[in-house]
Amino acid sequence: MSLLEIKNLHAQVEEQEILKGVDLAVNQGEIHAIMGPNGSGKSTLAQVLAGKEEYEVTEGEILYKGQDLLEMAPEERAREGIFMAFQYPVEIPGVSNVYFLKAALNAIRTHRGLEEMDAMDFLVYVREKMKVVKMDEALLNRPVNEGFSGGEKKRNEIFHMSVLDPVLAVLDETDSGLDIDALKIVADGVNSLRSEERAFLVITHYQRLLNYIVPDVVHVLIDGRIVRTGGKDLALELEDKGYAWLEEPLGAAETVST
Amino acid sequence: MTTTMTASDTDRFVGVFDTFEQALPASGPESLRRQRRQAIERFSHLGFPTLRQEEWRFTNVGPIARTPFSLDVAVDGVTGSSIQAFSYEGTVQLTLVNGRFVPQLSDLDSLPEGIVVCSLGEALEKHPEKVEPHLGRLASFENHPFVALNTAFYGDGVFIWVPRNQVVEEPINLVLVGNPSGDPIAFFPRNLIVSGQSSQVTVVEQYVTVGEGAYLTAPVTEIIAEDNAVVDHYKLQRESTQAFHMATFQLQLGRDSNVSSHSISWGGGLVRNDVNAVLDGQGGEATLNGLYMVEGTQLVDNHMRVDHVAANCDSHELYKGILEGKGRSVFNGRIYVHPGAQKTDAKQTNRNLLISPDALCNSNPQLEIFADDVKCTHGSTVGQLDETAIFYLRSRGIGEEAARSLLTYAFAADIVERIKVGAVRRDLEEFLFRRLPKGDIVRQAV
Repeated sequence: MSLLEIKNLHAQVEEQEILKGVDLAVNQGEIHAIMGPNGSGKSTLAQVLAGKEEYEVTEGEILYKGQDLLEMAPEERAREGIFMAFQYPVEIPGVSNVYFLKAALNAIRTHRGLEEMDAMDFLVYVREKMKVVKMDEALLNRPVNEGFSGGEKKRNEIFHMSVLDPVLAVLDETDSGLDIDALKIVADGVNSLRSEERAFLVITHYQRLLNYIVPDVVHVLIDGRIVRTGGKDLALELEDKGYAWLEEPLGAAETVST
Repeated sequence: MTTTMTASDTDRFVGVFDTFEQALPASGPESLRRQRRQAIERFSHLGFPTLRQEEWRFTNVGPIARTPFSLDVAVDGVTGSSIQAFSYEGTVQLTLVNGRFVPQLSDLDSLPEGIVVCSLGEALEKHPEKVEPHLGRLASFENHPFVALNTAFYGDGVFIWVPRNQVVEEPINLVLVGNPSGDPIAFFPRNLIVSGQSSQVTVVEQYVTVGEGAYLTAPVTEIIAEDNAVVDHYKLQRESTQAFHMATFQLQLGRDSNVSSHSISWGGGLVRNDVNAVLDGQGGEATLNGLYMVEGTQLVDNHMRVDHVAANCDSHELYKGILEGKGRSVFNGRIYVHPGAQKTDAKQTNRNLLISPDALCNSNPQLEIFADDVKCTHGSTVGQLDETAIFYLRSRGIGEEAARSLLTYAFAADIVERIKVGAVRRDLEEFLFRRLPKGDIVRQAV
């Protein structure tokens, strides 16, 4: 059984269908990349996985560890090991980055039948994780994302991910807008967390990230459907040719079906 | 609905004035007796306010007008243990029960040399020359029925006088206890704080309830910050929801003085805070912060007026409200820049968080500017919790209720953080942790 199985997923927002039948299976230990042009539904897929309510699933199903993911509240998904790195991390003035993370980790640990971590143990644990993403200690004590630069926000997402120790991590265009140094830090963070137990779904608009995070499988999402799946070389092919050569046959297929 | 005020509502107070006055101690300056008589005459003319009056159009004081309050108050119904929670370790504390100073419940042991801290009654006997020039000179009863009632009927209060150049390190804690028993009572505490030139003092004023029952407390606190003085004032309104609270807080700022006021209201059923600051000397700076939280059918009305009389003064107002249930709030912020008050820098912000769809807030900024080289800004917002932020928190494993509470706490956090007295800040934090659902998670996360 795959860790994540998406079957014929249709989703809409404000009555506009965005996902039009997505099929995808991700096994533990694998990194899958999802690429596609703007508006193809990449972010919608990430949001549906994380449980955002504005996105209405009209057809299909998602199984996570064999369970019906769509029945679970966003916090349950997180406690069961799903983490989504946001494309636009939210600033939360008044809530300390580190204390919030402690509350989040303890919510997850409690759910998993582990003891809550006390302040001392947590600090030791967090310091370890900070090294991975080269986080400045000052960002730890600031309110969540408040006044962070774009790069710092993305790095903070990877930091949250490493602390919360997910089973399935979904990265929603975490690379967008990053300079090469920040991109490498994000990639290093992901690579250091790569393991047999963990799977990644890396959503990106740009092939460049995949030079640093080498995926096992690459999917191309166009107009709400996965139109092609291949190995890491598919990403390079896309870099060369763009998406147009994949869009056309799909357009033709649509004409036939309607 | 408009409130119809019958003559008898007003007469209830006017009719007992003579008896009240005769029972007052014979000592004390004659000018203050005259002031009382002028005040009751004024009240008799003004009557209780109605919704037809601009300054009261959202705050219906009909329930106060209709209640037959008694001015006969007992002061022996409160024990030390019942107000233990309001004491701060190692600080000077003055306790008033139903508006009267109670020495047994007070602690003046650690009072520094030179400073005068006592009941208003004692001050009028021992230091009339320090009291008379100020008392009633600032808070005007001309157009304010509750200031008029207070001026006519104040029985006691607190007097604080800090000599020039003296810095009082520890805050002075005033605990004003409402102790109703049986029939509704009314009392009118009168506090006067005079901070001399280049002095510094911090005062905490807590309004609390011990016992059950309706009552009216209509305090007036006047603060005079003389030139270069620094005064920090904290008001915690934590009375029971059976309390009517109609307060006026009057600030006079001298040259280069710096006064901050932090007004926290979470108690009381019907609460009105009039906060008036007069910047009378150049270089004065007034910071007026507030946080109000209403639920059930509570109403809190904050009526601010800042008078920039002198040039080169700053005022900053930040008031925030959290409204739940059928709670209501009123914010009226008037900034009045007088002719000649050039280089005024006045900023006013009022933010409201509506937790419940049945809550209601009115926010009304008013700028009147009669100088041409000034900077005045105001902003007023009413909003709900940010659903994107809630989703973000939930996606990290925080439950929905806890996420909402966390964001509600975060909304209040900048007011909490501005509180410099640790004990007051902790009181407010603890209140929030208790009040907010899943407060234990909030406690852990902030």
